[in-house]
Amino acid sequence: MKTLVLDGLRKTFSVSSKTVVAVDTFSMELSQGEIVAIVGESGSGKSTVARMVLGLESPTAGQAFIRDEQGHRPCALRDVQMVFQDPFASLNPVHRVQTHLTRPMKKLRLNPPKGEALHRDVEALLRRVELSPSDEYIDRFPDSLSGGQRQRVAIARALAAQPTFLVADEPTSMLDVSIRRDVLRLFSRLRADNLGILLITHDLKSVEAIADRVFVLKEGLCVESGQTEQILTDPRHPYTQLLCNSVPDPEGAFLRDDPVTGDAPR
Amino acid sequence: MNALWANRKARVGLILVGSMLTMAIFGWCTLSAADASNTVGPILGPPNSDFWFGTTMEGKDVWAQTWYGAAPTIFLSICIGLGVTLLSVLFGVTAGFYGGRVDRALNVIINIFLLIPGLPLMIVLAALIQQGTSVISGPVAIALVLIFTGWPWGARVLRSQAMTLAQRPFIEAARLSGDGPFTIIFFHLLPNMASLLGTSIIGATTYAVGAQVGLEFLGFGDPGAVTWGTNLYWATQNQALLTGAWWTFLPTGLGIALFGFGLVLMSFALDEITNPSLAMRRVFRQRTQRTPDLDTVVMESQR
Amino acid sequence: MSLLDVRSLTVEYCGALGNRVAVDGMSFQIGKGEFIGLAGESGSGKSTVAKAVMRILQTPGFISGGEVYFEGVDILKMSSEELRELRWRDMAMVFQSALDSLNPVLSIRSQFQDMAQAKLGRPMTDSELVEVLDFVQLEPRLLDSYPHQLSGGMRQRVGIALALSLKPKLLILDEPTTALDVVVQRHILRGLIRLRKQLGFAVLFITHDLPVLLAMSDRVIVMKDGQVCDDLSPAELRHHPTHPYTRTLLDSMALLVADDSRTSGRGD
Repeated sequence: MKTLVLDGLRKTFSVSSKTVVAVDTFSMELSQGEIVAIVGESGSGKSTVARMVLGLESPTAGQAFIRDEQGHRPCALRDVQMVFQDPFASLNPVHRVQTHLTRPMKKLRLNPPKGEALHRDVEALLRRVELSPSDEYIDRFPDSLSGGQRQRVAIARALAAQPTFLVADEPTSMLDVSIRRDVLRLFSRLRADNLGILLITHDLKSVEAIADRVFVLKEGLCVESGQTEQILTDPRHPYTQLLCNSVPDPEGAFLRDDPVTGDAPR
Repeated sequence: MNALWANRKARVGLILVGSMLTMAIFGWCTLSAADASNTVGPILGPPNSDFWFGTTMEGKDVWAQTWYGAAPTIFLSICIGLGVTLLSVLFGVTAGFYGGRVDRALNVIINIFLLIPGLPLMIVLAALIQQGTSVISGPVAIALVLIFTGWPWGARVLRSQAMTLAQRPFIEAARLSGDGPFTIIFFHLLPNMASLLGTSIIGATTYAVGAQVGLEFLGFGDPGAVTWGTNLYWATQNQALLTGAWWTFLPTGLGIALFGFGLVLMSFALDEITNPSLAMRRVFRQRTQRTPDLDTVVMESQR
Repeated sequence: MSLLDVRSLTVEYCGALGNRVAVDGMSFQIGKGEFIGLAGESGSGKSTVAKAVMRILQTPGFISGGEVYFEGVDILKMSSEELRELRWRDMAMVFQSALDSLNPVLSIRSQFQDMAQAKLGRPMTDSELVEVLDFVQLEPRLLDSYPHQLSGGMRQRVGIALALSLKPKLLILDEPTTALDVVVQRHILRGLIRLRKQLGFAVLFITHDLPVLLAMSDRVIVMKDGQVCDDLSPAELRHHPTHPYTRTLLDSMALLVADDSRTSGRGD
């Protein structure tokens, strides 16, 4: 049983002699078979946390590592993979779907499959992300796919390396509303497959749909965390309350005056 | 390639460039230096049935000169074009992709070369090489000089493009897929810059033709060699305009013009193919009988 | 007589392989002071409709059929001068990304003066500027800032202030809060409600976010593939939608609404 541990991750940088704290000492644990969400507005640092886990940004302090029966070890690309926000920009326009999937297989798997086995693995991957029949998708270029299809290819690419954990950075924010639910369901299914998923999002609705636990980030600091149900129905921190109250509902409750926050202009 | 052929401009351009290339190969294979350099006919004879393009002041066959001289000019221009682009890619793409200190260091080099005044340097270097070694023949010396001075412009452009592309998520995703920097540059980055590379090569070749012929025209080539540039050099030396011997420079000049024009057409066509909005204006006008806006930008959503 | 009367509007885009129909014979009306929501996903044609109505459609797009009456006058037949008068005085638009509509090299003050010079023939006075910024609750000291110095929410509010400067009768907003967070969005939407009470303009609000429209609109139009699927009041739309696509949109909303009891989406 593996656990992804974020231990005191901190990111600061200096802008003209001032120090800006993007992430202020963030810690959490993610086990296999659960979905944990980090929620916050833009500028809250949630994307930076994700990038530090993947090694795309180097932390100013703290580290991310894997804990298993043998002890601790730093995160490798075989352990954690990422799904990016923009399904159009995260796929190379000149490569076919097949190429996108076979590269991480060849580079990152311990026993890279070849020939027939490689082809079968690609087909299995496409089936797993619900792109069937796989023959229809293998030779296509990204610009002939819809946004939802592209994001599924991106998820398949992340899964190609057979990681234990997945970090999804706003995976549905650039997709049409009618297909967001299906993509979120896919993440749910992956959780049932014993993957651990770190979901970065600003959308409380998707958190409610699939996340087991939530961390609320405001300006780099974690202000509240806990079980999803508890956080969403009974938020304690004023910022979390503000966040929950601002989610649009068809009756218009979100537009009413809120005694907690008043209506202070920014 | 199919896209190129379908485009009218590209087709004409390709035909022109192709013809000049064929001419060069044909001329080089069927004629010899002797045909072009020996005195074979009357002095300054106008075109007639014996000598279709006439003869020069030294009685040399202009036809032979034109056909035989095509090869050095054209092939060397293409080589220079490729050489310039190679250096531009090396410096520009590396700088744009890595960013940071690598970019700053390479940028200094690019800027230094940019600031060096091209023409005077070309002239000085050409003269030096001519006197210095007889191993490097005239045309090759010029080629080296032009490559040395012509690469920074393209490097700037390629650097910007590489920089923009390097920020895109699919490059980061490539890193996460286990690809190293060289793999990323050659397998992921450069294929996405294909059209820019294409226009760079064509642009560099165009520059090469003009500069090469120009240098030789000014006398910095090897006067003994037979190239389109030296043909023009000798035509001026022999006061072709004064004597009215138009046949000594017209064929060569026409060849240069056609080759250059063909390259420019191909460049425009590549622009049109990669930026569909340019071609769209024409199609729009034809189909709707309306005037397109001045600021046509393809704004279709990417989704 | 309604303020805006769109009849069988057809808009096409010239493409490499032929013309693509983006808006297909669409008809709808906006009454004085009404709040109309236009819901649709990418490719539905909703932004195209807005640009066509404002007559700011760019090549390769073109209006190939229909009529658009603004206060009884067919604006598709107007000359450029008449359109210039119409735009901003009677009809104004706020775009999705204020980054697109604000000039990055001009200060906020200059943006307003630029517009005023074009539309009024004279610069705005300081009291006019303060009043307009007050609409959107921005402080006057921001006048000398540049767009990149402001947050996304502030930039969008500047965009709204610019659009409302001449107190138009119809305000079109194209995904004005899509790129913003829910907290900022709420703030801006509340401001919009307040402004409507103050100035009484009609609104065409375009977004894919159905709950927002259901909460705020007098009527909601659902679009798909350039055509109108439903054109109903929020209550009717929620409980008696006629088109299957409307039901699809409602379903994706129903799953993920904060006030509902916990869904069974987890542990699929």
